[in-house]
Amino acid sequence: MAILTKSYPIKARDYLKAGEISMGVHGLLKKIGFATELIRRVSICAYEAEMNVVMHGGDGVMTIEIGEDYVNITIKDSGPGIEDVSLAMKEGFSTASEEARQMGFGAGMGLPNIKKNSDSLDVISAKGKGTEVRIGFVA
Amino acid sequence: MRLSEVKRILKAQVATGEDRLDMEIMAGAGGDLMSDILRGPKEGVLLLSGLNNIQSVRTAVIAGASALILVRDKIPDDDMKDQARENGLPLLTTPFTMFTACGRLFSAGLRGVEKKRPE
Repeated sequence: MAILTKSYPIKARDYLKAGEISMGVHGLLKKIGFATELIRRVSICAYEAEMNVVMHGGDGVMTIEIGEDYVNITIKDSGPGIEDVSLAMKEGFSTASEEARQMGFGAGMGLPNIKKNSDSLDVISAKGKGTEVRIGFVA
Repeated sequence: MRLSEVKRILKAQVATGEDRLDMEIMAGAGGDLMSDILRGPKEGVLLLSGLNNIQSVRTAVIAGASALILVRDKIPDDDMKDQARENGLPLLTTPFTMFTACGRLFSAGLRGVEKKRPE
């Protein structure tokens, strides 16, 4: 059962605020006292997923659910959706704008990084239907 | 290698974290692509970046890096300095380019994050 559930709105195309939510998640997990490695893995995934919404999605929401021995993150956005999820999972594949690249993102490593740093990953999306990303961690 | 030694080798200026220069740096990593830096753990690692915006600070904190150095004399703005300070991240600037900065540190004995692999 979840000890704590929190939701945060994500604003699309706001490249300066982008990452603030993940920094908040990082601080929250640190305050709860999770192990450094778990904090890092969750924060990396949250940050990459947050950047994905900022770069590609419409506005979205990140929900973090913290249990005694798990952390789940769900990110839903109202963006254009991903036409080919398996292609988006490929390292180096990117449709990011020049603006995103100038901020140091958009190199086609976001979803592969999330996969590498999480224990489970589900990407549910279709063209025109937005995207839902569910990321799970075992504490 | 201590951060104070890194500062000397790179002729660096300290933007935040003057009180933490005695920390031990275990390895170095350089990049302008934040996802490259976020690929794996960066505990004890010094990050060098040419990306002079708030995202390089957030990336350093989230990846667990020990310190961040901006290359090519890039001056961090107040938001970057505030965020670095809040998170206990020393933030420095060096006049050297990425290539030269990495080369100077490597010559002085600092190694990359792939050090555990056989050479």
